Amino acid sequence: MNEPSSAPLSEQEMIRMEKVHKWYGTFHVLKDINLTVRKGERIVVCGPSGSGKSTAIRCINRLEEFQRGRIVVDGQELSSDVKQVEQIRREVGMVFQHFNLFPHLTVLENCTLAPTWVRKLPRRQAEDIAMRYLERVKIPEQAGKYPGQLSGGQQQRVAIARSLCMNPKIMLFDEPTSALDPEMIKEVLETMVTLAEDGMTMICVTHEMGFAKTVAHRVIFMDGGEIIEENEPEEFFTHPQSDRTKLFLSQILHN
Amino acid sequence: MTEAPLSRAEPPPASTIGAFGWLHRNLFSSPFNIALTLLASYLLYLTIPPLLHWALLDATWNGDSREACQANGGACWVFIRVNFEQFMYGFYPEAQRWRVNTALLLLILGAAPLFVRAMPNKLKVRWGLGLLLIYPLVAFMLFKGGLFGLRIVDTSRWGGLLLTLIIAGVGMTAALPLGVLLALGRRSQMPAIQALCTIFIELWRGVPLITVLFMSSVMLPLFLPAGVNFDKLLRALIGVTLFQSAYMAEVVRGGLQAIPKGQFEAAAALGLGYWKTMALIVLPQALKLVIPGIVNTFIALFKDTSLVLIIGLFDLMNIVHNATTNPAWLGFSTEGYAFAAAVYWLFCFSMSRYSQNLEKRLYTGHKR
Repeated sequence: MNEPSSAPLSEQEMIRMEKVHKWYGTFHVLKDINLTVRKGERIVVCGPSGSGKSTAIRCINRLEEFQRGRIVVDGQELSSDVKQVEQIRREVGMVFQHFNLFPHLTVLENCTLAPTWVRKLPRRQAEDIAMRYLERVKIPEQAGKYPGQLSGGQQQRVAIARSLCMNPKIMLFDEPTSALDPEMIKEVLETMVTLAEDGMTMICVTHEMGFAKTVAHRVIFMDGGEIIEENEPEEFFTHPQSDRTKLFLSQILHN
Repeated sequence: MTEAPLSRAEPPPASTIGAFGWLHRNLFSSPFNIALTLLASYLLYLTIPPLLHWALLDATWNGDSREACQANGGACWVFIRVNFEQFMYGFYPEAQRWRVNTALLLLILGAAPLFVRAMPNKLKVRWGLGLLLIYPLVAFMLFKGGLFGLRIVDTSRWGGLLLTLIIAGVGMTAALPLGVLLALGRRSQMPAIQALCTIFIELWRGVPLITVLFMSSVMLPLFLPAGVNFDKLLRALIGVTLFQSAYMAEVVRGGLQAIPKGQFEAAAALGLGYWKTMALIVLPQALKLVIPGIVNTFIALFKDTSLVLIIGLFDLMNIVHNATTNPAWLGFSTEGYAFAAAVYWLFCFSMSRYSQNLEKRLYTGHKR
């Protein structure tokens, strides 16, 4: 993998989470999450399963509600106003563990749907943009196929292209490689690295520590709904501070 | 089965392929199976030849009165021939029947593009929606008259297969969208809408269609102010539509529940609102899944139209029944009902075949 540029980050804040708490019924899933992400910053969130890392990033585009605290995305504070939430979601792309492509639409239609219906782009223009991004994820030849005809890695790359077609300012990745066979993980990670090279603001929940080392500006470790530790990747992997982080790293790196 | 070495591909044993193999596998594979085959053959031998004799070989086809049938022992299809026009049009005035034929021709011409394979799906949807909006108005104007110098034909004179098709057609085209809305409403996050839709569905599903029709025709006028009178056919149409939309809603809801949560989330993450998510992502998948259920409801609806005889409308069933009580043709009810059954079967079977074809064509090979 190539080393993404490490030019100095701008000071502009893209995401600010302040004292965010969330409960599922009586279960306290997120406890006092504080996180600031600047423009162009790339963050990897890791932690054992059930630690609340997916829930945390799903709060950013309000796929999950939270009960206390505030989240500001690109200058707009998340509220329960539906129109405003839709507005924010246009600017925040998301890639899911299980791809969630629309199986009744072709790859090209998957990519043009939101640009034409949400951004109101003319069809030709939306198709041009879609083809450009399909070329970037290296599967333009699959444009006419249905998702069910593609491999898992190809589907995930289409899902990334689909998000990019909305020209988002932020990309969220929710365990994008966890449902893939090993040989397909590489092609998806490569796609994500090229995104990083272009200066996309990214938050990525993943267990791919190699990806974290080469791409992330910061690594965040969550456990039990809390942020336990956050640091630059170099420091994070060589000098983990807390015992829980050390335990987690020893488990994940020895596999 | 013989076990051949796998080193070389050999032709399969003769007893497992071809017609002989089929017979062996399906009819004579075990002593029990052989017994069943023999029993079934005997039953067919007992029933099929007499039926063939009655319906075809000994039947009378030509003539114009019951006397023509006296000589033969079989079915008297003359009865159907003589009454055929009435079975098709009911009491629609003979001189005006060209209007019904014109409407039918327009429907065939209008719907033909939908069956052209080369036409893109998007265009088909638009064409279909346009047809759905315009055709009922045109057809109603032709049937009822009153405009462009057409004589008015009161709805009480509409009958036969024409009336059956009108009730079924209106019922289907109105019950499907209404059912979709009810299904969405029942899954709504808004408690008031959810409660209303649930109550509506359970109320209509909980009563027999006969009760609905009976109430619409006998009870409703009691509650309306004097002088206000709904058309009897209109009341039947509303009754059938609301009744079937409740069933349709539950069929569609089954499809909605089968759509994975990830689809809703992916749509939401792209900034699609509720209606766009439903119209573009969820409903196309959900409706495709429940095509068999939708067609099942359509078929039930088609056959249930025969219940309008309870409120004195002369649909195909009632008009056939009416003809069998004609003193000139007493004793031919078997032929009449066999004919009616054949017509109902033809329509229902066509719908079934069309739905299978549709399912095959809409399959996009999504494995999850």
